[in-house]
Amino acid sequence: MSSDLFMVSNALVGIPAVAAIAVALEPAYRRSAIINLCASGATFLFALVLLVVEPESGGYLFVDDLNIVFVVLSTFIGFTTSVYSASYIDHEIETGRLTTRNVRFYHAMYQSLMCAMNLALLASNIGLMWVAVEVATLTTVLMVGIYRTPHALEAAWKYFILGSVGIALALFGTILIYMAAEPVLGQGYDAMVWKTLMSQAPQFNPRMLNVAFVFLMLGYGTKVGLAPMHAWLPDAHAEGPTPISAVLSGLLLNVALYAVLRFKMLLTANAAAITPGPLMITLGLASLIMAAFMLYRRGDIKRLFAYSSIEHMGIIAFAFGMGGPLANFAGLLHMTMHSLTKSAIFFSVGHIAQVKGTQKIADIRGLTQSQPALGWSLVVGVVAIIGLPPLGIFMSEFLVVSSTFARQPLLAIPLVFGLLLAFGALLLRLTGMAFGEPSRDQGEVKASMWPVYAHLSLVLLAGIYLPSHVVTWFQNVARLLG
Amino acid sequence: MELLTIDIAHVLAGALVLTSFMLLYQDRMSGLINIYTLHAIILSLSVAWQAYYQDAPHLYFTACIAAIFKALIIPFSLRSIMKRLRIHRTVEVVGGVGITMLIGIFLVALSLVVMLPATASADPLSREDIAFALAIVLLGLLMMVTRRNVVSQVIGFMSLENGLVLAAAGANGMPLVVEISVAFSILIAFIVIGIFLFRIRERFDNVDLSELDRVRGGRS
Repeated sequence: MSSDLFMVSNALVGIPAVAAIAVALEPAYRRSAIINLCASGATFLFALVLLVVEPESGGYLFVDDLNIVFVVLSTFIGFTTSVYSASYIDHEIETGRLTTRNVRFYHAMYQSLMCAMNLALLASNIGLMWVAVEVATLTTVLMVGIYRTPHALEAAWKYFILGSVGIALALFGTILIYMAAEPVLGQGYDAMVWKTLMSQAPQFNPRMLNVAFVFLMLGYGTKVGLAPMHAWLPDAHAEGPTPISAVLSGLLLNVALYAVLRFKMLLTANAAAITPGPLMITLGLASLIMAAFMLYRRGDIKRLFAYSSIEHMGIIAFAFGMGGPLANFAGLLHMTMHSLTKSAIFFSVGHIAQVKGTQKIADIRGLTQSQPALGWSLVVGVVAIIGLPPLGIFMSEFLVVSSTFARQPLLAIPLVFGLLLAFGALLLRLTGMAFGEPSRDQGEVKASMWPVYAHLSLVLLAGIYLPSHVVTWFQNVARLLG
Repeated sequence: MELLTIDIAHVLAGALVLTSFMLLYQDRMSGLINIYTLHAIILSLSVAWQAYYQDAPHLYFTACIAAIFKALIIPFSLRSIMKRLRIHRTVEVVGGVGITMLIGIFLVALSLVVMLPATASADPLSREDIAFALAIVLLGLLMMVTRRNVVSQVIGFMSLENGLVLAAAGANGMPLVVEISVAFSILIAFIVIGIFLFRIRERFDNVDLSELDRVRGGRS
């Protein structure tokens, strides 16, 4: 590995780690919010360097075309969320929902989460990746329970137990992968490193790989939030602080998905093993349709969008399960667009809940009149997430649907059915919240809107014109995914 | 000599499966903790035997973690938590022991059927260890599903985790076993601290999870 790249990838893990210690030692919450923001910004800048340096691997970290996409996306959203989080936390301190001690802890956990996610994405071996995903789970559990209300503790506990079972199953799968690789690659690290695993995959025992993949899919799939292992997700999104809902939906689900994709590539490389596609397609469609139905009966605004995340992770898993250059391209694009849009929605939802003093959809009315900036951001966000043109998600969903029609017309029926169901549900809820006679505001909030605008304008830009080098970049990755 | 070594490893792994069965039907809290302690001791012996057989000194460290952390500290803290929460004499209603045991037997058979053909070419030692480990993992999941009490669910999870450590130790020369077992111990420590800190009894008056469901009432 060239020394530049080595330094950059170390910085991506190191900056958040150092920042986590720094904010833990800093008692003043405004200053720790600034440290949090600067560290996230610096991490994002380093991630951008990855775009120009030639990918290579070596040491305990490695960089290739696939994980660059994830790293750039997650450090960008990590940065904008830290900007949003600063104003959100200000308000929570003023209203006394959080104490300065809570916030100190919250910032330390936020940076630890960034560190763990970058480590999971950049880890060169399957064991280290597992440890990083486990640490990421722990830090988010602690943040979800930070309000200490019975509901928040219940949500954190549920997330903790289900997440632990998920990563336990993933570990069993990881051990099985090692056992499949060990006769070919010999004992030691080589049998756990992605690069050697990928190059020797055709010689591994296929039956062992099959069993391993089932465990990995169920284990990491729990963390992706795929049905029927999704039970933790709505609670964790609804009860934790809103910046964490944005990070969970926008980043952590992607990290788990990244793990699934890596193992899918491993199985695809071995001709005798099962094709992992159908399993992903089934889980994806199940999540999509289940979540679409559930959207109709939601009464809590954050829960509503949490179910929408399950729905979209289902679409993404479906697209990657279909495989092939076009569906993979659509999956990658959809993942990027969903992360940007959903975190923007959560940014507005967080401030809306602060202004209205409630998360109940029934008590939120006429936002576009009383809070034009927040209201219209929510409208644009929801219009984007249900896949209306000219926004980015329309394009990615269109690609998913059209590539499905071209190859498996029968599968397109449940897919389109699920999409339309979700479309109707979200539109129904949106009209109630955004228009009509406004409900009374409970408080004022100094909203920082530019993270929302930044995300939404990126989504709009992608819908109107996708720059050609982004297209070639995604096409390369799609080809890599097989 | 070779055969004897393998037999000892299998006896230890088999004993672990049997102890998992004992966890399934135990209805007294104190009894549950005692059996979990036994589970952890057998695990540590089994890992130590693997360390000796594979000549892998780092596995002794994992065995020590199992012995000290899981067989001493965890049972001790669980007991003191239960005393504070005044649930140490609780007898839990475990419904359908017969059916649970039958499902358990079915799960063990399933793991043998799945794992043995898949690992036909592997080392005979790790081959059967991994099948037993899968059985322990599945039995742990079964226990988590059939129990309603938080503490028994956590014990179910910890027995599941013991199965994973057995699998990791049994995989010939697998690196990072120590790191993984440390990471898992931290997770378990958090869970145990969680039971205590969240003081589920205080908030919900009971450690029964059906009470948690009641709290959800009225929300969607």
